Amino acid sequence: MVTYTGADNPPFRLSMLIYDRRYRSLTLQAIVFILVMLMASWLINNTLQNLSAMGKTFSFDFLFRRAGYDIPQQLIPYNSDDTHLRAAIIGVLNTLLVSITGCISATVVGVLVGVLRLSSNWLIARLMTIYVEVFRNIPLLLWILVILAVFTEVMPAPNAYRGENPAATMILFDTIAPTNRYTAVPSLGMTNPPATISLGREGISWAFIAFVVVIAAAWFGNRQLRRWAKNVQDQTGKRPTTWWISLAMFVLPVLFLIWYFGLHLIPPVLRGFNFADGTNLDNAFVVLWLALTLYTGAFIAEIVRGGVLAVSRGQTEAAFALGLRPRRTMSLVVLPQALRVIVPPLISQYLNLTKNSSLAIAVGYMDLRGTLGGTTLNQTGREMECMVLMMGIYLLLCLIISAGMNIFNSRVKLRER
Amino acid sequence: MSDTHSETVAYVRETILPPVPPPLAETGVIKWLRENLFSGPLNIALTFVGLGIVWIVVSTVGPWLFRAVWDAGSIAECRQIIAERHGPDASGACFALIKHRWNQFVFGFYPQALYWRPVLAFGLLFLALAPVLFSESARARRIVLGLAVVLTFAVAQALGAGTGALLGMLVLMLLWSALIEMRPGWSLLASLIYPFIAVWLLWGGTLWSPAMALAGFGIGYLVWRSLARFGMFAFALAVVVTAMWWLLLAGPAASALASMAPLRLRPVSSDQFGGFVLSITIGVAGIALSLPLGVILALARRSDLPVIKMLAVMFIEFIRGVPLITLLFVASLLLNYFLPPGTNFDIILRVIIMVTLFAAAYMAEVIRGGLAALPKGQYEAGDALGLDYWKAQRLIILPQALKISIPGIVSTFIGMFKDTTLVVFVGLYDPLKAMSDAIRASFEWKGAYWEPYVFVGSIFFILCFGMSRYSMYLERRLKRDHR
Repeated sequence: MVTYTGADNPPFRLSMLIYDRRYRSLTLQAIVFILVMLMASWLINNTLQNLSAMGKTFSFDFLFRRAGYDIPQQLIPYNSDDTHLRAAIIGVLNTLLVSITGCISATVVGVLVGVLRLSSNWLIARLMTIYVEVFRNIPLLLWILVILAVFTEVMPAPNAYRGENPAATMILFDTIAPTNRYTAVPSLGMTNPPATISLGREGISWAFIAFVVVIAAAWFGNRQLRRWAKNVQDQTGKRPTTWWISLAMFVLPVLFLIWYFGLHLIPPVLRGFNFADGTNLDNAFVVLWLALTLYTGAFIAEIVRGGVLAVSRGQTEAAFALGLRPRRTMSLVVLPQALRVIVPPLISQYLNLTKNSSLAIAVGYMDLRGTLGGTTLNQTGREMECMVLMMGIYLLLCLIISAGMNIFNSRVKLRER
Repeated sequence: MSDTHSETVAYVRETILPPVPPPLAETGVIKWLRENLFSGPLNIALTFVGLGIVWIVVSTVGPWLFRAVWDAGSIAECRQIIAERHGPDASGACFALIKHRWNQFVFGFYPQALYWRPVLAFGLLFLALAPVLFSESARARRIVLGLAVVLTFAVAQALGAGTGALLGMLVLMLLWSALIEMRPGWSLLASLIYPFIAVWLLWGGTLWSPAMALAGFGIGYLVWRSLARFGMFAFALAVVVTAMWWLLLAGPAASALASMAPLRLRPVSSDQFGGFVLSITIGVAGIALSLPLGVILALARRSDLPVIKMLAVMFIEFIRGVPLITLLFVASLLLNYFLPPGTNFDIILRVIIMVTLFAAAYMAEVIRGGLAALPKGQYEAGDALGLDYWKAQRLIILPQALKISIPGIVSTFIGMFKDTTLVVFVGLYDPLKAMSDAIRASFEWKGAYWEPYVFVGSIFFILCFGMSRYSMYLERRLKRDHR
């Protein structure tokens, strides 16, 4: 029996830190780490020196002082007597609002355009190609400015909607009135409103809670139903028809709630000089939302097109050969494979949209950059603190979005064995 | 054997019928229309929707463009001309604005007499890129070189460059072209020197400052080569010597040489930059600097040294998690805080630094994708040949990984070039917003909204679309799989 004892371990010499592969990586890392730390300490030291030379300190006290400025659009109550912190929160909420609505509408536009670009209709396919190329190759800032110009220059003043024979008419069945100052849209109203829970200055209506609870319950019920249907199918080979049960689970309670609270749309009506009753959306928001939707939609369209093209024809043909119907083929064969290709770049488009919403600066929409990184920064002169906080919040938002979407991605990705 | 013969059977045709054209509905335009526009109810509906969209666009934009006025002194004059020609209610484009102020869109507030300098700088860019990008086909390279030289010369002359400047330009460009044709190896060195020439041409001042900065690289290289047998020590020493040169000696040496031979161009300060000269300067500098940085970051992120990997991940995720605007604000508001007290350097340089860091993080992710897409066998092949890490990366891995990631790299470039418009928010004169606003602020052109956007938008479209088409060409040219 031969036992291999290995080479004699040579005694450690200092030169081995450089010439021995085992130690060299350690040396290298140590050097890089020390250099980075030295650089960081140099930067921090400079910053401290500069701050003290200017007589400034590094503290977040200013967040709790009176802000003293107004914000046109706010999701939770705010007035100029509130603190900078509350203004910053309003800014974050506004950023979130335009990002979330933008992501949803950009996805709708992108999927539609991406599918239509593959259509056999020559005209539509060409038009969609032109849309995609034009929007992808011109800066977003230009689209924002152009749409802003459309809204300020082309759109009529509110009083153009007045009279027997008005100069402008409302669009979408008389529900939406774009004007050069705001866009009037319908709002939700209740004839029989329940009480609200008050949480400090804002309140949550019981109706809202009721809707959330009912829809969540219906969703859980539907999951149980599908599980049961799958069990039955596994045992007997026949899948019970469930679609009408799930439909009823979702629709009936919601209809009941709508009837019970008397929920209805209140269309905007011109009263005096302005529209009343509905909600008047700030045009800054509408412009930014529209520009982000159209711009990101063009990118998403390309992603969707790539994803659909990535599913080879043979897959569809095989599904048809097995006797699957087109709808089942789409949901069981094509979509899962296309999603695998689509989701990762889609995540980065959502992130881009969220970050691009900081271009609100061009239209004066008060998002996070407009409040914390704009008026607050200018008023208090706390550049360092405001920028650190703002970058931190953006970073957090992006990490949350990408974490959430990555969970979704891990559910649709190919499971290999 | 049968007696029957096919020729005896009556129902077999004896002569071949002459070919007959297909029915009218199966040929030409009608067939094409039927197949592509009217093949089913949905298709017909889509066609009409498409026609409706085309009609709306053409009927709103068409007349406006059709009634465009190119010769006028102010927007009021434009409107008057349109009213005279097409009736009082007609609206039309007033491209006279572009004709009057095109130089501001392109050059910002750069002194008129010096327009030839940015033109030469961007013309030379093509010469500098020639050995790198157009080396495959000699014909394509010559076409590009010839066009670049002729166009640069013609444009500079049209913009009123002096005779001396024109003569110098011609000599420089012809010598350089000859170098590229005769000694392709040496022309690569010229490409490396190009950035310093471009900086000198754009900002002016004495030639010796960029020359001494360049000399730092030369000195570092010499130190490294002469001590090459000491391996990593030589490299570290070269870095230290170069840094010392830049910090201590380069400035005095430049001023000493400048007092002896003042090779000076009239200096142009950064706040005179604007328009497309500004975006292209920032864009090209960002592209040139972010690609190598991105490669290094990508390699660091895939490295098996945990500390280096962690640092790369932190940097990339941080940059990718914040909007470019916040980084630009850091450049304009905070960068001075981070540097030793009293330091104050050029805003364009600060913006270039930030744009480079921003683009490098995205580039790193694109290249990482390319590295991950390479089959493991390629890495093993490098090991089997006994190549060390850097040689394997340089000779085997990176060429393939970069080739795979061309589409991503180019779309990062396009994104970055479009993002150069955001510099308006730190007070620079970008062609899109700052220049349009500046021109609209003048009395004659108040109220011209669409024309600047149309003009700037089309230039951006041409440049970005051209870049994406070029990347497709590059992808096809570098395709090595024989399928």
